[in-house]
Amino acid sequence: MPEKVPGFFIEMESAAPPPHPFVEFRDVSFGYGARAILGGVSFAVPRGKVTALMGASGGGKTTVLRLIGGQQRAQRGEVLFDGQDVGRFDAAGLYKARRRMGMLFQFGALFTDMSVFDNVAFPLREHTQLSEALVRDIVLMKLDAVGLRGARDLMPSEVSGGMARRVALARAIALDPDLVMYDEPFAGLDPISLGTAARLIRQLNDTLGLTSIVVSHDLEETFRIADHVIILANGGIAAQGTPAEVRESADPLVHQFVNALPDGPVHFHYPVVGIEEDFGNGGGQA
Amino acid sequence: MEEGRHERSDGPPPASEDPLGGQRGHEVPSVGAAMSWWNPADIGFAVRSKLADLGYGAKLFLRLLVRGARSLQRFGLVRDQIHFLGNYSLAIIAVSGLFVGFVLGLQMYYALQRYGSSEALGLLVALSLVRELGPVVAALLFTGRAGTSLTAEIGLMKAGEQLSAMEMMAVDPVQRILAPRFWAGVITMPLLAAVFSAVGIMGGYVVGVLMLGVDPGAFWGQMQGGVDVWRDVGNGVIKSIVFGFTVTFIALLQGYEAQPTPEGVSRATTRTVVMASLSVLGLDFLLTAMMFSI
Repeated sequence: MPEKVPGFFIEMESAAPPPHPFVEFRDVSFGYGARAILGGVSFAVPRGKVTALMGASGGGKTTVLRLIGGQQRAQRGEVLFDGQDVGRFDAAGLYKARRRMGMLFQFGALFTDMSVFDNVAFPLREHTQLSEALVRDIVLMKLDAVGLRGARDLMPSEVSGGMARRVALARAIALDPDLVMYDEPFAGLDPISLGTAARLIRQLNDTLGLTSIVVSHDLEETFRIADHVIILANGGIAAQGTPAEVRESADPLVHQFVNALPDGPVHFHYPVVGIEEDFGNGGGQA
Repeated sequence: MEEGRHERSDGPPPASEDPLGGQRGHEVPSVGAAMSWWNPADIGFAVRSKLADLGYGAKLFLRLLVRGARSLQRFGLVRDQIHFLGNYSLAIIAVSGLFVGFVLGLQMYYALQRYGSSEALGLLVALSLVRELGPVVAALLFTGRAGTSLTAEIGLMKAGEQLSAMEMMAVDPVQRILAPRFWAGVITMPLLAAVFSAVGIMGGYVVGVLMLGVDPGAFWGQMQGGVDVWRDVGNGVIKSIVFGFTVTFIALLQGYEAQPTPEGVSRATTRTVVMASLSVLGLDFLLTAMMFSI
């Protein structure tokens, strides 16, 4: 613990965070067409913590991120971002809220016609009037935080998948957001890149005072860095709590998920008619 | 177009969000539902879908005009696109213009010679190019060269979640990506049509005067006397501006509306060529009829 600088800490202590959670879902329902994805889901994402959203594929994890970012609107219920309902924002309000969010897409979503440097500089140039010299310093600091200061002149086609995600992370934190959302940050990474990405998420959360939401399938890495875990399944919440609490959950769904079992409450088969109807009682044609 | 609609109707629910952030106004029918053209409900759905598409397109067009006009303030973005669309189309436009000029020179000479009026070759070549062929052929070539690349670029940006990422950075992709391309297309199209006509006239000169022996004084003199700046050149410029709006908008709309998959982008690119080419030819007839009646 570094020596306290009195003025700084007094200010920090006096600016107590608001009592409400940073992101809160209240009885939220959402579906695509006739297919329901979320059915009356309620949960809270605590401020300053790393919250992991887990669950089977197609279970609505990415949809949750889209609802928070206002890219989709809840069909019922409220999605609260720092106490305000995202569904009620007009376009200007939504863009104002998004300036406080950073999002890391699954494959980085870097702008392929710009260099690594210009990708990270993009939000700064769009939203601020900073001089080019200052933009350069900020970009290099952000790139340094993800270990890619030396890759500034590379094009996105010249960096690996893991590096692309780190660049995207630098871009997501360029405007010093309050909330960073990670959509499958570990998918398709080698063990070294995976460990690096996990460490970065934790470090950035703590050093920058962020609130982080990580959507992931990777149990070990995610449980290692998360403070709070929410498991979504069948349109609802199967379990939530600290990683240790979730591991010990008696819920059959959570048991299936944590132990990676192929069948259980989350079915192996996509909903289908009975096997007799497809193949008949006497078997198929000779 | 029909295929696209079927695909959108029958496919799985859209996994990606609408980049406009709005609802399209027509819901997706139940998965696996087969469309039949004698079922009133299906006809009604198809009509509603078409109307919703039209409304969506009109809304995007207005956004490009109103909000996009602001992008002209950041002229650097428009300038880059003018360079991309204009410079890279220049070679195909110039070469095509030259050959069209050659052919016009030959064909017109053949027809005029029968009536002993081959000295009017310059006038005929110039009128054909400036009033008609310049704007139309340049627009068709622009569709093939620049329109397809616009559609594919925007479609691939959508497939790579770049447009979503931009939205999440609180940057409007319509204003930042589509609008500069739109205005660049509108500005570039008349310039390319002018280059096409100019090079075409040079082609007519080469064939008519240098190869077939038409008197150069008559060639240029008749052209100078017979081509009116407002009625002829002006009409051509108006046409090419209208084509610039049409082709660029169709290309951008198709890219923006493309399914974010390889097949979706390829279909969108094809639709750009088909719809833009037909629109250019149809609008050309309408504009010509209107211009003759004024």
